[in-house]
This record gives sequence, C-alpha cells and structure tokens, in this order.
Amino acid sequence: MPPAETYLARSTDIAARKLGDETVIMSTVDSTIFMLNPTGSIIWEAADGNTPLSRIIEERVCAEFDVPVEQASADAQDFVDQLAKHAILLVSDEPIPPVKEVP
Amino acid sequence: MDHEVVIEIGGIPIALQTTDPEFVRILRGRYGDYMKSGVKSDFTFRVNMVAPDTFNPEADAEVWLEDGEWRFERGDFRARWSPEKRQGLIHQSANPYSIDSVLRITHTLLLARTGGFLLHASSAVRNGKAYLFSGLSEAGKTTIARLAPPDVTLLTDEASYVRRVRDQYMAYGTPFAGELGEPGKNISAPIAAVYLLEKARQNRVVSIEPAEAIQRLMRNILFFAHDPELVRLVFESACAFVAAVPVSKLSFFPDQRVWDLIG
Repeated sequence: MPPAETYLARSTDIAARKLGDETVIMSTVDSTIFMLNPTGSIIWEAADGNTPLSRIIEERVCAEFDVPVEQASADAQDFVDQLAKHAILLVSDEPIPPVKEVP
Repeated sequence: MDHEVVIEIGGIPIALQTTDPEFVRILRGRYGDYMKSGVKSDFTFRVNMVAPDTFNPEADAEVWLEDGEWRFERGDFRARWSPEKRQGLIHQSANPYSIDSVLRITHTLLLARTGGFLLHASSAVRNGKAYLFSGLSEAGKTTIARLAPPDVTLLTDEASYVRRVRDQYMAYGTPFAGELGEPGKNISAPIAAVYLLEKARQNRVVSIEPAEAIQRLMRNILFFAHDPELVRLVFESACAFVAAVPVSKLSFFPDQRVWDLIG
C-alpha cells in the first residue's frame, strides 16, 4: 500500500502578510507570531487543502531551491509539525475542504 | 451633585461623570493638561464608586465583547461600554490607577478600528518630528526619556499613542507614565522613526527587515481584548505602519550621547 499523502490547509484563525519572499503570520487566537522563510512561504501559499505535501515539495520547493527531495521532505515535515502544533496549519491524510463562511 | 470631567487623549475627548468630589480632585491631579473644558465628548462613562477590594483583587484584566457591549474587568474595576450608544459604566474605588487602565483599554479598542495603536514605548518630539523608543520592561524606555536634552519634548515614557491621520502617522502625548511618574506633554507630531531599544556598550542604529519589525512591534503593542477580528485589524495596522515608518534597532549606552543619533 502506498504511504498516505499529507494535505495541508491554512487556518482561518490567522492574519498573514507577505513581505518580499518572507511571510509574517499571527494566530488571532493566542497572538503567537511566526516568520516564514522563503521555503516556508512557498509551502504556506500552496497549502490549499487539495495539493499533497509531496507534490508541493517536488513541484514547488525542489524546483525553486535545487534541494534533494529527501532533505526538503524532512525540513518540510518539521515546518508543518511546528505550525500544526499551533493550529496555524491544518493537516490531514485526506483533502481538506474549504471552510464555509457563516452568513 | 454630578460632576463631569472631559479627558482628551490622542485628540479623543472622553467624559467621566461622578458624584464624588474626591474622585474629581484625583482626576485633576492625574490628568492635568489632558482635561478639557467646553469640549463635546465623543464618549461618556459614568463612574460609580465602590469600596476598595469589592472585587477579586488578584484577577487579571479581561476584555471581551458581549451583546454589543465591551466588558472590561480586573481585580480593581468592572466596566462596560457601548461604542454604539457612546456610553459606558465603570465601577471602581476612588483611585487613579483603575480609571487609567479603563482609559487605556478604551483607547486601544478605538484605535484598533482606525489603523492606530498604543505601543509600549517612550516617545518624544525633536525639531517637529516624533521618535518612538519601544521595548518591554527594563528595555530603557524611561532611561532614554531621562537622558533627553532640553530641546526635546517628551510625549510619554511608557505608552505611546499612534494614530493614522490622513496619509501619515502621528504620535500624541499621553498621561500614561512609567517610572518617570510624569505625564507627557499633550502635543502631537508626525512620526519620523521607531527605535527598538537594546542596552549596549556603544550607541548604534541598525535597520531591520520589515518582517522582523512587524514581529517586534506586535510584541509591544498594547491590546487586551479577546477578539479575533480586532486582533487581525491590529496586525494589519502594524503591517501598514511598518510600510510607512522606518523601524530600527537602537543599541545604546545609557548616557546623553545616544541623543546625537536622534533627529
């Protein structure tokens, strides 16, 4: 059986601002602030709930930074774990549907 | 008999109504230059006196929105405020510290919707421009205020009042004093720069990247409300501010020479 895919989605409980190739993100729940480097910013932007992390790494991160897939995968996993711990990034082994706005 | 006192901070007049003449005397002593007469207030708070220790004195400040009204509570006061009705009610004893906190909270809520904020920072005006010196406790806010030469006018040594006025950011004097124990001058000026303070052996200004500036500013912005929408607005305000005003680190040795780098 192939390994399960990981899907990522950005939390709606955040405020974010892209500055150059870095991104500043703040949790509106506990005001924790994160600064994402260019690699983190690429993963963050690609976290649409539908694109598997493996594809983001191969098609975006490795293509942009000329880094081996294994190394990029390990770094990305650390990054995802850290943001997921603060509920900034939602993680699932299935595609994550977009959150519907409450009218 | 009712007394009304209008306190204008950041150009926003807020009326306080009380029947207690002793409290009026306290307000006059505390807010001096910030008290206005013949000015129509934007908001009115009725202040009801209660005995000291009426509430749980250990309770930390909590600010939340309930049924369209803001509620502020701490061990020494209870308050509610309806921005829509422009009225509020405060329960506290006759002391300056509780009303000071209620006013700070009220102003942070007002500023959040207009692109401004209160910043943990001393601030001062030199040659018509305002300079902010930001940091948490012990960073040197009061120290740098004490070292200011005679041509510098202090706006505060504790909490700087930042408003966006048309296309520029203005700093206003505040009565919110730190260790200096004195209110700032009630004037305003366009902000020329923000310095993030670090005590060091020599004086040096180092510019920082916008992302770090936002992160550092957000740590120092006073905001008390548990309200995601307003937190998001404050973050947006900090981002817009950093895009418009230079933010640098100021490493300084605590003597007057540091002011050679300012203005």
